[in-house]
Amino acid sequence: MTRLQLEELVIDIPGRNDGRPLNFAIEPGQRWAVLGPNGAGKTTLLHTLAGLRKARSGCVLLDSKPLQDYRRKQVAQHIAVVFQERHDGFPATVLETALIGRHPYMAPWDVETDTDLQLARQALASMALSDYEERLVSTLSGGERQRLAIATAKTQQPHIWLADEPTNHLDLKHQVKIMQLLANEAANHCGVCMCLHDVNLAARWCSHVLLLYPDGEACWGPADEMLQLPALQKLYDQPLTIARVNDRPYFVPAEQGEA
Amino acid sequence: MKDVEPHAFRSLPLLWLAIAAVACIALSVAVGSIAISANELWAVVSGHGEPLHRTLVLELRLPRALAAFATGGLLAVAGALMQVLLRNPLADPYVLGLSGGAAVAALLSMLAGLPPVLVSLAAFAGALASAILVFGLSHGTGSWTTTRLLLTGVVVSSGWGAVITFMLAIGPTEQLPGMLYWLMGDLAYARSPWPALIVLALSSLILLPMGRSLNVLARGPLQAAALGVAVRPLEWGVYASASLLTASAVTTAGSIGFIGLVVPHMLRLVLGNDQRLILPAAALAGGALLVLADTLARTIIAPEQLPAGVITALLGVPTFLYLLYRSR
Repeated sequence: MTRLQLEELVIDIPGRNDGRPLNFAIEPGQRWAVLGPNGAGKTTLLHTLAGLRKARSGCVLLDSKPLQDYRRKQVAQHIAVVFQERHDGFPATVLETALIGRHPYMAPWDVETDTDLQLARQALASMALSDYEERLVSTLSGGERQRLAIATAKTQQPHIWLADEPTNHLDLKHQVKIMQLLANEAANHCGVCMCLHDVNLAARWCSHVLLLYPDGEACWGPADEMLQLPALQKLYDQPLTIARVNDRPYFVPAEQGEA
Repeated sequence: MKDVEPHAFRSLPLLWLAIAAVACIALSVAVGSIAISANELWAVVSGHGEPLHRTLVLELRLPRALAAFATGGLLAVAGALMQVLLRNPLADPYVLGLSGGAAVAALLSMLAGLPPVLVSLAAFAGALASAILVFGLSHGTGSWTTTRLLLTGVVVSSGWGAVITFMLAIGPTEQLPGMLYWLMGDLAYARSPWPALIVLALSSLILLPMGRSLNVLARGPLQAAALGVAVRPLEWGVYASASLLTASAVTTAGSIGFIGLVVPHMLRLVLGNDQRLILPAAALAGGALLVLADTLARTIIAPEQLPAGVITALLGVPTFLYLLYRSR
């Protein structure tokens, strides 16, 4: 049971005021969505939570110990990050790529064991990539690469998932598949935190929401309390309307002249 | 589902490369102004044989072949490291100006009429000085990125290039051939192969356990850090070792081109991109290729000798283009 706690955390975005320090914890089983317009600092926050970027002030605690007191390898045994951008400069196969998720658990001279291989294959299967094992990553489509990134993170067996736009490039079927996978992980006592562009994905799949405003202001709490029309309209600087499907609210941009 | 090859099978290419390397060295020792047959060679190796053959093999040809092997291996490993470090397939051991720094120092000491030992030492010092210069400059006042390192290296290289051209322009005519041969890479200058061989062996031992971390680093610094790699220390370590390897190679044989760029690529096309396999394979294949090239260089138009660098390019270009053409 691992928890990630933000204590008086101010992320470092050059030229921006401190705004409101963040104070909350990603508890096991919770699914957090980070919402905000472009440039609000969603990715920066995610990288800060993973210890890949220095905070301006405050700190991130992994099981009540500051993140920077851990070795990188120990952090990687707890936290997996799904990045928005990926470098595929050199050719590598799909299976090799998934297997690097085992890196945090291996000593320098270790060779991947059958267990590692099994984990990687299970993860690939969960993202419907089993038939692609020997394909070069460079030959995959954007959506397939995104699924591979999720499979790699799953191979890492993290307790905390930090995912930057996990549904990027994905068709509807695989969007659902990935959100289901993350929900399952949360049900297995992982903490999940994802940056999302789609408010409705957050409403459908997330238990908690953090709203990040471009000026550094922020508010957070349970999803149904946060996902209110006035707050979201202010967040995106865009008039919205609510549509109801199966008694669930869906937020859509308002027509010109409406609202 | 296809089973992943067991570890023993994966290292099979290394065995083949090792056999090829030994074969190249044997060939290089046997071929020359006086040909030595396989039987005679075996006699020499097992401690008998004619005195003339013994001298030829043990004192002249073998040291030169070993020096070529070590130099080629060093360059190929350094190239593979630089390509991963800079995440740029066009990187080679010289991309950060090491050969330029070495060349300037070596040519200066030639102009000053220093003995060959000092020319080699000067080349080593020049290469390291250039590595430190580039590293320091690329730090600047802002953040350290590999793009910045690459750009700094390229610009410093062109700077050295200008100095070299200047020295060639004003250098006395009788020293020009020696200077040009040094610039093109020539194993006639190689004396003891041991320093280079020892550096190659030690670095292979140190680098092998780092292979998997390098695989992760090749996917970008952020991803590597998220997977538990201490990125900055690893990058600096790779930079320092690649510089040291290149400096040792340049000291042994001048700046031999092409091997550092092409050998790692050839191996990646054939063996995939696992650095745990690529690094030792590069040491063997780079070594074998340069031994072969040097053998050709001293026999094609014997008794005249060509610079080995010319042959590495002539051999490497078509092979590489063929592999690239056939690759998926």
